[in-house]
Amino acid sequence: MELPRNPVTRRWLGLAPALITIGVFMILPMFILLVFSFMEADPYGGVDAGFTFEGYIQILYERDFDDLLQFDATYLNIIGRSVVLASLATLGCLVLGLPVAYFITRQNARTQSMLLFLITLPFWTNLLVRTYAWILILATDGVIEQPLKFLGVIDDSLDMMYTNGAVGIGLVYTYIPLMVLPIYASLEKLDFRLIEAAHDLYADRIMVARQVIIPLAAPGIIAGCILVFVPSLGAFVAPDLLGGGRKLMMGSLIQTQFASARNWPFGSALAICLLAIVMITLMYQARIAARRRAETGS
Amino acid sequence: MTETNKSIAVSGRNVVKQFGSGDHLVTALGGVSLEIDDNEFFTLLGPSGCGKTTLLRLIAGFEMPTEGEIFLFGEEIEDLPPHKRSINTVFQHYALFPHMTVGENVGFGLRMQGHNDADIAKRVEESLALAKMGRFINRKPVQLSGGQQQRVALARALAPRPKVLLLDEPLSALDLKLRQAMRVELKTLQRETGITFIFVTHDQEEALTMSDRIAVMSEGQIQQIGGPQDIYERPINRFVADFIGDTNFLEAEISSIEDDFANCRVSNDLSFKVQSIAQHNKGDKVTLAIRPEKISLAQSGEVQGRITDAVYLGTDTSYSVAISDDITLSVRDQIDLTGHARFTAGDLVGVGLSADAVRMLID
Repeated sequence: MELPRNPVTRRWLGLAPALITIGVFMILPMFILLVFSFMEADPYGGVDAGFTFEGYIQILYERDFDDLLQFDATYLNIIGRSVVLASLATLGCLVLGLPVAYFITRQNARTQSMLLFLITLPFWTNLLVRTYAWILILATDGVIEQPLKFLGVIDDSLDMMYTNGAVGIGLVYTYIPLMVLPIYASLEKLDFRLIEAAHDLYADRIMVARQVIIPLAAPGIIAGCILVFVPSLGAFVAPDLLGGGRKLMMGSLIQTQFASARNWPFGSALAICLLAIVMITLMYQARIAARRRAETGS
Repeated sequence: MTETNKSIAVSGRNVVKQFGSGDHLVTALGGVSLEIDDNEFFTLLGPSGCGKTTLLRLIAGFEMPTEGEIFLFGEEIEDLPPHKRSINTVFQHYALFPHMTVGENVGFGLRMQGHNDADIAKRVEESLALAKMGRFINRKPVQLSGGQQQRVALARALAPRPKVLLLDEPLSALDLKLRQAMRVELKTLQRETGITFIFVTHDQEEALTMSDRIAVMSEGQIQQIGGPQDIYERPINRFVADFIGDTNFLEAEISSIEDDFANCRVSNDLSFKVQSIAQHNKGDKVTLAIRPEKISLAQSGEVQGRITDAVYLGTDTSYSVAISDDITLSVRDQIDLTGHARFTAGDLVGVGLSADAVRMLID
């Protein structure tokens, strides 16, 4: 076979495997999603030919008996709750994950790899199984309530299940490794002598954390926040199992549209919305990062 | 307990530091006592692992002593954390905060002490001027050379005007010319600021050129404390004599004792009358030391030797001179005006050994 002479053609040829992979596994599905979101719903699932904004209209409006559009905040509430819960889960992961990551970096090499292994260990078990474990823990007369009732601390159920709190705990539990690992990676490079230098220059522990550790861990903290926030926003296992039907998040809503509700265009439109929120978040982060780089001049 | 003598900046009493436990117990400092005067340039000198850095870290507060007390101007400080001691450190690898500018680095200690912005700005400027780094106030540490980072580290440690400044081998990462220039500058800086400097180094030349007093350390103990000349001219034991400068060691036996002096017999035709440093008896074995540059060479002399090796060193020639079958001396001889060595290997020479230059050592 004769190879193409043109260097530009040859370069594209070399890039082909990567381009095909990205095209087939990323761009094509996104494109299908985008197309589906503008098509008509087939009552038995799937989509019918035709072009309509119906999928997007449904996010904001409900059709009443006279086929008139009535504003309906149900789905907006779900989107809002998703953003709030995902943000709180990110914050929770950060507050718990930062000290854990710092603690790990202060151990000797053997203990470090052991602890990192333990942090990633839950990934080896099915997410559903792990989330079911939380049902046992949080449920009425569950692992937490039973001993408290036995000791007479509480009389009635705490009603922990099917609350925003339960969903939040589930999200923090699921995604905290994604916070700990990047922060660990950036703290691991931290020169411990800088902490000594700060102590030497009259900084107490809190000031050392604020002035030295957190600023130098910033790249890891930002990466961790994105890695936790993005999947939390679209999560559906924890909201489904721990929030029940009552505390829906976007992920479960989308999943429902493709499965039981059989409204693919609406599900696709919601997925595009979710994507838009994620893109806006990432662009905002990129802008902050660019400004930081401009300030530090590095 | 409090010290009454206020002119002593730092003192340690029987300071012991051990790391690990059980079978892995390592004694880094085995009961060190010392007093460092106010306004003194004091150097801790010794090979790596001698405990000098451990002692410095105990004074800074990065480590707590296993036993003993440390005082700062009479106040007992060994239990205080580093941020509560008016002591600042210039770290070996500078440890500048990479995310802060030079100005922010230098101002860090002042900010933590709660000075107001105007005061901080003024003192940052002063400190940078002192370290000749004023032009670099807005740079980041990565944009500076090693020598410049060194100066910033110095300015940062001096800005809060500590009572004592600790310097942990601060010149070891610099090249030779810069290191020599910085020695002079550090000494000047110490005199100008009047701050007590405690300087850690393994470089004997550095110690001799800068210090008011030197503590020579080995194996967790202070071997000798004294001025540069004391240490060089009157080393107390074999370790000090060997570590600082080059030394010829001669094994001798005391043949007779006269008052403070002992006649030490090295061989049948070589003996010296040397000042005793301890209570000796006739027949005791002692070690004598003589510096290579204190031995003179001539065409002929009382003691005969044969040159076995001559090494050209630029300013000097280093000869190995065999004066008997089992004694070979190292001798330093200046290059003459024409730039030639006076002798070559194989020459027979007279070796001038003055008893005044010979020291008796405690082994």
